[in-house]
Amino acid sequence: MATQSSRATARLMVAPSVILLFIWMIVPLAMTIWFSVRIYRLLSPERSGWAGVRNYTWFFNSPDFWMAINNTLLLVGGVLAITIILGVLIALLIDQPVWGQGPLRILVISPFFIMPPVAAMIWKNLFMHPQNGLFAAVSRAFGTEPILFLQNYPMSSIVFITAWEWLPFATLILLTALQSLSSEQLEAAEMDGASALSRFRYITLPHMTRAITVVILIQTIFLLGIFGEIFTTTQGGPGSASTTLPYMIYKQALIAKDIGRAAAGGIIAVILANIVAFFLMRSMGKHLDA
Amino acid sequence: MARSVSTRRKLFFTVAAWSVALLIFFPVLWTILTSFKTEASAVASPPELLGADWTLQNYSDVWARSDYPRFFMNSVIISIGSTLLGLLIAIPAAWSMAFVPGNKTKDLLMWMLSTKMMPAAAVLIPMYLIFQKTGLFDTRTGLVLALMLMNLPVIIWMLYTYFKEIPGEILEAARMDGASLKNEVLYILTPMAIPGIASTMLLNIILAWNEAFWTITLTTVNAAPLSAFIASFSAPQGLFYAKLSAASTMAIAPILIMGWFGQKQLVRGLTFGAVK
Amino acid sequence: MNMTLRALLGATALLTLAGLASAETTITVATVNNGDMVRMQGLMDDFYAKNPDIKVEWVTLEENVLRQNVTTDIATGGGQYDVMTIGTYEVPIWGKQGWLASLNDLPADYDAADILPAIAGGLTVDGNLLAAPFYGESSMVMYRKDLMEAAGLTMPDAPTWADIEAAAKAMTNRDAEINGICLRGKAGWGENMAFLTAMSNSFGARWFDENWVAQFDQPEWKATLDFYLNLMTNYGPAGASNNGFNENLTLFQQGKCGMWIDATVAASFVTGKDSTVADKVGFALAPDNGLGKRGNWLWAWSLAIPKSSQKQEAAKAFINWATNKDYLALVASKEGWANVPPGTRTSLYANPEYAKVPFAKMTLDSINSADPTKPTVKPVPYVGVQFVAIPEFAGMATSVGELFSAALAGQKTADEALAEAQTLVADEMTSAGYTK
Repeated sequence: MATQSSRATARLMVAPSVILLFIWMIVPLAMTIWFSVRIYRLLSPERSGWAGVRNYTWFFNSPDFWMAINNTLLLVGGVLAITIILGVLIALLIDQPVWGQGPLRILVISPFFIMPPVAAMIWKNLFMHPQNGLFAAVSRAFGTEPILFLQNYPMSSIVFITAWEWLPFATLILLTALQSLSSEQLEAAEMDGASALSRFRYITLPHMTRAITVVILIQTIFLLGIFGEIFTTTQGGPGSASTTLPYMIYKQALIAKDIGRAAAGGIIAVILANIVAFFLMRSMGKHLDA
Repeated sequence: MARSVSTRRKLFFTVAAWSVALLIFFPVLWTILTSFKTEASAVASPPELLGADWTLQNYSDVWARSDYPRFFMNSVIISIGSTLLGLLIAIPAAWSMAFVPGNKTKDLLMWMLSTKMMPAAAVLIPMYLIFQKTGLFDTRTGLVLALMLMNLPVIIWMLYTYFKEIPGEILEAARMDGASLKNEVLYILTPMAIPGIASTMLLNIILAWNEAFWTITLTTVNAAPLSAFIASFSAPQGLFYAKLSAASTMAIAPILIMGWFGQKQLVRGLTFGAVK
Repeated sequence: MNMTLRALLGATALLTLAGLASAETTITVATVNNGDMVRMQGLMDDFYAKNPDIKVEWVTLEENVLRQNVTTDIATGGGQYDVMTIGTYEVPIWGKQGWLASLNDLPADYDAADILPAIAGGLTVDGNLLAAPFYGESSMVMYRKDLMEAAGLTMPDAPTWADIEAAAKAMTNRDAEINGICLRGKAGWGENMAFLTAMSNSFGARWFDENWVAQFDQPEWKATLDFYLNLMTNYGPAGASNNGFNENLTLFQQGKCGMWIDATVAASFVTGKDSTVADKVGFALAPDNGLGKRGNWLWAWSLAIPKSSQKQEAAKAFINWATNKDYLALVASKEGWANVPPGTRTSLYANPEYAKVPFAKMTLDSINSADPTKPTVKPVPYVGVQFVAIPEFAGMATSVGELFSAALAGQKTADEALAEAQTLVADEMTSAGYTK
């Protein structure tokens, strides 16, 4: 279909992005690989030298490691499930003709405007706080003991907060996809007597597949790196109940100041993220081209 | 179809949609309300609403304590600058991947996304050293570049998706008519792609506006945006929720207003696109 | 170099003569967003009046973020900051690396001899004062006089842990949402571990023996943790494993705590305008167990100049202004004596005006009863009361803090937490080369 010259032009158009991203990726990556095999403690510069694979084995031997991997997947999976399901439903809902569509949409995407550390602080202190939070007040109004969200359900609470932050992202992309759906097709189906559910199942949902795939892939990449919300709400605790791999790395880099270990953790995280991405692409990549 | 039925239907959806929207918006609303309370009232239990001590003190405190306009300007420059620069680089790339796909296109897309896989904390020192050595530390240029590159994969992905929605037949027809590549992009693709570009732009400005790790780590004074402004109000000694809420409201108000206008643009673009 | 300098000076003189520009030096000061530092930023007119040729740019950040940024800067020789606000933990470690400029040559009116000896000791390395204290703090018991009275008890000025437990038991009233005692439970070396390490000193425990062997398997730590968990489980607030300084401050100000053992600087907050119990608060020394050590810590937020700064003179002028006796008088004249940065100077506590502040004496006594060079009952190889001044401490103590926080949340027993802490600390010390 495309001619030789348009292929050449196409390559030229992709080149700036590829070159820039390559430099942006390779320089820090090379430094990180270097640091990961070195002893590099920020506050003890006199103790430097080769670490071999010790920085890597530290992670694998850490009692928190498998728990952290598990929590990372739980966070990604949980947030994806909530944001996709609710995102589709909300996108369908606000795509209907309603009064005040403009302001309505702003309200729906408003959580995305809040800086993540602030969002976490708001939820922790103004809602989930066991004495002063709004949820505690509601519990007491019903005569029950306040739920200790961050102490007893730390992972679920973090998933909930993060899902609230990312719901608008999913909704907005899905809504945009929904609006390119031709209404004639739906009306024709309605004429033919197709139920609302089957119209959704056979027309709307297939139309949104690509958008859903994109939301899943982009969000997965963002969610795999989350640590700010955890630091603000639970510090990975109690114990290590809500510690994820990025949070383990964060602790090594910024609290223990062990740059070598943090670098090794980074490399492990990149490898794991690539594995996750590989499976996602295998199972859903076909939806990207249509 | 009877008109009354459609009105009833509209009423039902209006109520349902607004309920959901208000539920989602409630924490933001609560933050804004908290920003007008005294510190003691902000943490009162049970939470106070009607009987609360309302005050504007938090805003005047926050305003007096820091140079808000400077943080604000930096946020505007960094988020808009990085988004525009990103679009400039991403539009050609997304265009060519969407309309002249090769057998490696999907791998390329995935690779681009994979540049975001390194957890931020793991590359803290490398990034810090790179920015120091290149003289980009604490400069707006440095942050524009960093945030542009950070979000470039997302911009390309979103544009790619939206471009894919544009039916290829239209392009074929244009080509038959002898339109040059430049004209094809300029007069046929771009208008059809406006809604997608607008929504990409909006989301990326927000992503850049909200970035709160690198913008704090790689700046001190000159380039520090609102994320650093927020960090100067969170968790000090003593009560701070009302002041933090005021600072947060000041940080989100501009982008909320921008989103409002952006949304109108978006809706207009979308309806235009739907006419096709 | 010298030539350039002279040429520059010449040029500056010419410019000044021509009245075209003044030789203004801009210094960047990194500071935490605590109340006393924020107040200082409002008093800068005084500094500019005395130093018209220096301009100060502030980088004000919350504690954790500030610590990340300044540590990264100084360890990589970034040179972005001319003055850094750092604590007693950082000073000896950074000083040993030679990263900080000596402040021994501050002007005579600075009067370094006036600094409280306990505070100055923690900021001096090899005879060089490396950071000037901006405010100092220890920890003490803050309690509700009205609740104690209602329970028919009186709080001794120097209570034992048994007194504390009895008082906590008597004041707890779950129906009225009053918890007998509020203590830190949030994991972190500067959060629950600051409290627990200081507390363990009074139980005769220590982090390491003389050979850097971890001591969490010793009965003293077991006694400390058991006592703490018992207190908090029976008389503490729900969800305490997430409570740090600020959370407890809020609870105390709302009247939900009978007692709170924490930083002495909290005194001005619990008696301040946001507090609902301002006129009902009493103060006592941190508790002991009759072993000769009390469970109180010692900390000073201090101003230091990194050697990488190019503007040493201007930075010194600023530090001299901010930590001088004159600055205390300036704050007193504008905001009253109760708002003066506490805990740094002997002369402040000799001032009869300051003695009227309700928490003045107890703060001084608490600071004086802490000895960072001999923090524990048994001998130790380290300096620091609520911390161990080695670079590895922050990471290790945060991990240990998580274990203890899990024990508080009921997810581990005290024995499990201590056993895991012992393994973790011993491994770290071996990998850091302290032990074989």
